[in-house]
Amino acid sequence: MRPGLASAGRVYAMVLRYSYLLRGSWPRVLELAYWPTVQMILWGLINQFMAAQSAWVAQAAGLFIAAILLWDVLFRAQLGVSVVFFEEMYSRNLGHLFTSPLRPSELVLSLLVISLLRTLIGVGVASVLAIVLYQYSVFSMGLALLAFFSNLLVMGWAVGLVVVAFVLRYGLGAENLAWAIIFAVAPVTGVYYPISNLPEWLQPVAWALPSSSVFEGMRAVLIDGVFRVDLFWQAVALNAVYLAAGWGLFLHAFQVARDRDLLLHVGE
Amino acid sequence: MRSPAAVEPPAAVEPPPPARAAGAAPRPRRAEAEDAIRVEGLTRRFGAFTAVDGVSFRVRPGSVCALLGGNGAGKTTTISMLLGLLLPTSGSVRLLGVDMLADRYRVLPRIGFSSPYVDLPQRLTVTQNLEVYARLFGVPDRRRRLAELAADLDLGELLGRTYGSLSAGQRTRVAIAKALLNRPELLLLDEPTASLDPDSADRLRGYLVDYLSASGATALLASHNMVEVERLCDQVLVMKQGRIVERGSPAELLGRYGLGTMEQVFLDIARREDRT
Repeated sequence: MRPGLASAGRVYAMVLRYSYLLRGSWPRVLELAYWPTVQMILWGLINQFMAAQSAWVAQAAGLFIAAILLWDVLFRAQLGVSVVFFEEMYSRNLGHLFTSPLRPSELVLSLLVISLLRTLIGVGVASVLAIVLYQYSVFSMGLALLAFFSNLLVMGWAVGLVVVAFVLRYGLGAENLAWAIIFAVAPVTGVYYPISNLPEWLQPVAWALPSSSVFEGMRAVLIDGVFRVDLFWQAVALNAVYLAAGWGLFLHAFQVARDRDLLLHVGE
Repeated sequence: MRSPAAVEPPAAVEPPPPARAAGAAPRPRRAEAEDAIRVEGLTRRFGAFTAVDGVSFRVRPGSVCALLGGNGAGKTTTISMLLGLLLPTSGSVRLLGVDMLADRYRVLPRIGFSSPYVDLPQRLTVTQNLEVYARLFGVPDRRRRLAELAADLDLGELLGRTYGSLSAGQRTRVAIAKALLNRPELLLLDEPTASLDPDSADRLRGYLVDYLSASGATALLASHNMVEVERLCDQVLVMKQGRIVERGSPAELLGRYGLGTMEQVFLDIARREDRT
């Protein structure tokens, strides 16, 4: 078999492994859609209230609903990488995986694929319910939605790989990072308000996050009816750096794990 | 038990062909082939503690070598380094002629591994687990191979059950099936029968003897079970405090120590401080 095909086969094997896990447990599938749906309902109600109180919010139907759905893309993409990797640690399977021909980068690729699928399921259900409950369709953003989704997905992957690297290095004691880390970004990245609302000294930090360009871009589409190409490319460029850094950190953590005898004893 | 074959030293004399399990096909002669395992000066330190200290040995193709030693002697650490799961502080490892530090992915498809220190995903069924690993190893005709192993290792009733619901002994059989999926040329087995009842352990040993005889594969076996060692192994390496303190065929060791069983030999080595 050609090396490229063999490599694709191994990535597929791992995607299959994670899909077996998902298919074997309906509570896991339910959980994927549960939080995005609860968040969407909550922010939909806030959106209705704020639209009646604020001319700024009233300009754009579903502003907060779109924001929370896109925020969940970032969060779910990150969890889709990190929590799925934790499954290998919980089941003490890393010793088997890394004595098979599976390369670390192939494992990463499979995590990214399964993260995409989990994010589509979770946010997809909430997006459809938003149409039913609030008559707001996030899909009305058209191709801009694809641009926003892709950028947030990639940033979520990058953050997820950083979490995985930390947990591989420091053990499952660090697993709570998976839930905590992304919320450190939330106040800074302008999910619900413009970056200009932040203190001046914090704004450069915000603009260093790809997600800030996405949420600013989302407001430009919903309020001004303009797709900001400059913000799109800014997010793409930052994401390239973030993903390379996350991937590199994971590979480094893998080498450290090999050096410190963590692969065979992880999860214990 | 098979007769002596090949762990170095000594290496000057071509070993006699190993004995066969009854009814097994003759094992291929590969006298010209490279060592299946070649370890030189393998050392692993964790801070001030030396877990493996300058270990060197060779295992020729087609032989079965036991790695013995008390708890903490360095057996699992050595196997981890052989597989590349753990990086050595110094020394080199070549498996099937390939440098494991430089090019381990070239040889991993030809190796099988099982250890009580690792598990398979608990929530997947046995079939799902074996299918995933068959794909990872690029096993052709997966369905047929799974059916063969299910029949040989009596896994039929377990295939649809989740791995997490199995008893320790059943898990061990599944782990051995996983190790044999790719028809490995080299098997590294860490305590392969540790959690099996005597009947299951005996059946598994019989199956391993048949597999090794028919395939000509090489095996390195870390074990505390001396019956297993006498039945399966051509050669024995005994580790103590990270070093190889004794080596030879079971018959040679029995003769050297003037004792009747490998268990007595093991106890004698373990309790003689002056031999370390």
